[in-house]
Amino acid sequence: MIAHAVVFYIFSFIAIVSAIMVTTSRNTVHSVFFLILDFISISCLFIMIGAEFLGMIMLIVYVGAVAVLFLFVVMMLNVAQQKNEWFVASDSSSHIPIGLLVSLVIFSELLIVVGGWKYKAELQDSININLNLNLTNTQSLGNVIYTDYVHLFQLSGMVLLVAMIGAIVLTFRKRSGLKTQSYLRQISRERNEGVELIDVETKKGVKIDA
Amino acid sequence: MPEYASILFSEVLKILMLLVPVLVSVAMIVWLDRRVWAFVQKRRGPNVVGPFGLLQSLADALKYIFKEIIIPASSNKVIFILAPIITMTLALISWAVIPFSEDFVLADINVGILYLFAVSSLGVYGIIMGGWASNSKYPFLGAIRSAAQMVSYEVSIGIIIINVLLCVGSLNLSDIVKAQENVWYIIPLFPMFVIFFISALAETNRPPFDLPEAEAELVAGYQTEYSGMMYAMFWLGEYANILLMCALGSILFLGGWLSPINIFPFNVIPSPIWLILKILLLFILFALVKAIVPRYRYDQLMRLGWKVFLPLSLTWVVLTAGYLMYFDLLPGN
Repeated sequence: MIAHAVVFYIFSFIAIVSAIMVTTSRNTVHSVFFLILDFISISCLFIMIGAEFLGMIMLIVYVGAVAVLFLFVVMMLNVAQQKNEWFVASDSSSHIPIGLLVSLVIFSELLIVVGGWKYKAELQDSININLNLNLTNTQSLGNVIYTDYVHLFQLSGMVLLVAMIGAIVLTFRKRSGLKTQSYLRQISRERNEGVELIDVETKKGVKIDA
Repeated sequence: MPEYASILFSEVLKILMLLVPVLVSVAMIVWLDRRVWAFVQKRRGPNVVGPFGLLQSLADALKYIFKEIIIPASSNKVIFILAPIITMTLALISWAVIPFSEDFVLADINVGILYLFAVSSLGVYGIIMGGWASNSKYPFLGAIRSAAQMVSYEVSIGIIIINVLLCVGSLNLSDIVKAQENVWYIIPLFPMFVIFFISALAETNRPPFDLPEAEAELVAGYQTEYSGMMYAMFWLGEYANILLMCALGSILFLGGWLSPINIFPFNVIPSPIWLILKILLLFILFALVKAIVPRYRYDQLMRLGWKVFLPLSLTWVVLTAGYLMYFDLLPGN
């Protein structure tokens, strides 16, 4: 039990410290690396409470895919130029009111969530839930998602699909003048289109690209 | 407290008993790779150090250890040093869930296959970190290429794994092997095995998909600035990953530790031997592909991943699910 607590505190400490470092480190790439560390320690916490499926999915989706794309974007930015624009004291003061507003909203939301949780008596007591301990939590999650909540599940799938198509449509552009390979044209080409036999007269030569 | 200490000691011993053979076999597999490559090209390959050149990798390792580690002045030092360590660690921790026989597995966890998939999806960080921290153009280009490549091919590997899981009904690797007692999944899911093999080549940056390294155009990609032991760690991690992909392929499709037919001369051979033989078979295929196939162009690589493998494997998921549903073969009811 003690070992469990020690490991729990280690992971939570790493999670909190790296969350603070995400916002305070000057180098944007370092911020993303701390974000990844944060994700990893959170998924370790998930695994510690026995939610191994959620922990692994968190690793695969957030660390394996989302954070890689973050890193991609951040590495492409010109960090030196950005630093000058964002962190100069006279300039950054214009961001303070908006930042304050956003953080105020988030803070009040947290307050409402925690307060509501404390005072709502009907909220389900997690200790007294009737659990079937023979099922692994992957199975029990599947039993809930694909039966009671199947419509919500499919709806969220549709939302993701729409977002994906939207992203493709927004960024897709056809540029002219690019030399691209067309497999169809390559395969359907016949010999008489590509090869031509020419009798070359001596000392006259032949113009090929006529 | 003493029982904690004894538990700790026995666990560490178990881990060492797994990791030391893995590291030794990684060294041996490098030799095998070079030998196969040489034989295809009618060369001799490494044959001087030790019998048949078997000790060549040890000699190489010794050379790497005594070389100076050079850290470029303009690099980001912490991340530069972390990158090979992460590559190596990730390549080794995945071996924890590989079952060598019915009860010879370090951690028999419920979500073993997800764990393997998660760890292999983290593998890209070693390369990105190395490429970015080097603060040099070729490594950066190599890292960007490799990240895009690994993310793309992971998608198709994930969907192929879903195909197998549909037939098994469990995420546990031992259950996956046990489900193949009657028929190995290479027979009903043969197209998926082919796609898995090719995706595994791309995922481990092997030829013909070794664009991150592409020595002709990118010098050596993300490894350009590395030297000495740090280079060797990248290299060991890469080969450990290749072995792991071979192990994953033999567990998913070739029946893991099971013998091909359950009759006398075959079933007396201990099960770990069967798994090792299957891993070696897949690895020799990897080595042969390296010797006989020219490198892909980058747009061809991306096209193959997204426009060919992804639709094919998705269609196969629908087909498998439909077949199992129609004939009422779905596991777990």
